[in-house]
Amino acid sequence: MNFTYHVEGGDFTNAGSTSSQVKRMLKKIGVSPEIVKKTVVALYEAEVNIVAHAYRGDITVDLEEDHVKIVLADEGPGIPDIERAMQKGYSTASQKVREMGFGAGMGLPNIKNNSDSLNITSEVGKGTTIEFVNYFFGH
Amino acid sequence: MTIEEIKNLVQGEVICGEDYLDQHIECVFASDLMSDVLTLKDVNNLLLLTGLSNLQSIRTCEMSDISYLLIVRGKDVTEEMKELAEDNDMVIIRTGFSMYKTSGILYNAGLPAVY
Repeated sequence: MNFTYHVEGGDFTNAGSTSSQVKRMLKKIGVSPEIVKKTVVALYEAEVNIVAHAYRGDITVDLEEDHVKIVLADEGPGIPDIERAMQKGYSTASQKVREMGFGAGMGLPNIKNNSDSLNITSEVGKGTTIEFVNYFFGH
Repeated sequence: MTIEEIKNLVQGEVICGEDYLDQHIECVFASDLMSDVLTLKDVNNLLLLTGLSNLQSIRTCEMSDISYLLIVRGKDVTEEMKELAEDNDMVIIRTGFSMYKTSGILYNAGLPAVY
């Protein structure tokens, strides 16, 4: 099953609403609470990243029998140095983002810690795509 | 310690979740940084203390499975926040005390830190 959600950059009121819907869906189909939590924590950080840094983005949730694959593709400034962005504490977030309780350079590390596999590609001036997979029964 | 006892200790008011005041809290985490909150693994019977009163603090609780939130420094709680918290069966207590004072009172009363 495939679901797609749209996210607008700068829309802090709705930041997290996709994660919320995905959480409900995963719970409904009986995914264990630990896997649900880990998946939505990674998704929420990534969703906040789109709101915080990009102009807009699409989140595609591909639900399979034993795993979920989530792709967040945004149109935005892109990440010039992904390795650096992955370092804890490195952030380019605005004051506004920090006021929301984020922007301390923990988003990407948190996503990594809460996903079984993670792939980030980015093109400066175009956008960033984050893809992660979580397995329901270990792998 | 029950939520009701915590509320009384910090001279707080219940914003929502009145039906759950008899629930027991076992440990506390205090942070204004939501990414820090999102790193917590075991949040059973955990109370989150924060001075960050906006939709993202409620969303963070939702994603982390945290049901009990204590807002310090008397920050406003909007209707939208309240609705989202109610949708997730959360309890929100608000106190006019500062983060440090609130932490000190609860620690002194025997509530340990989550780590």
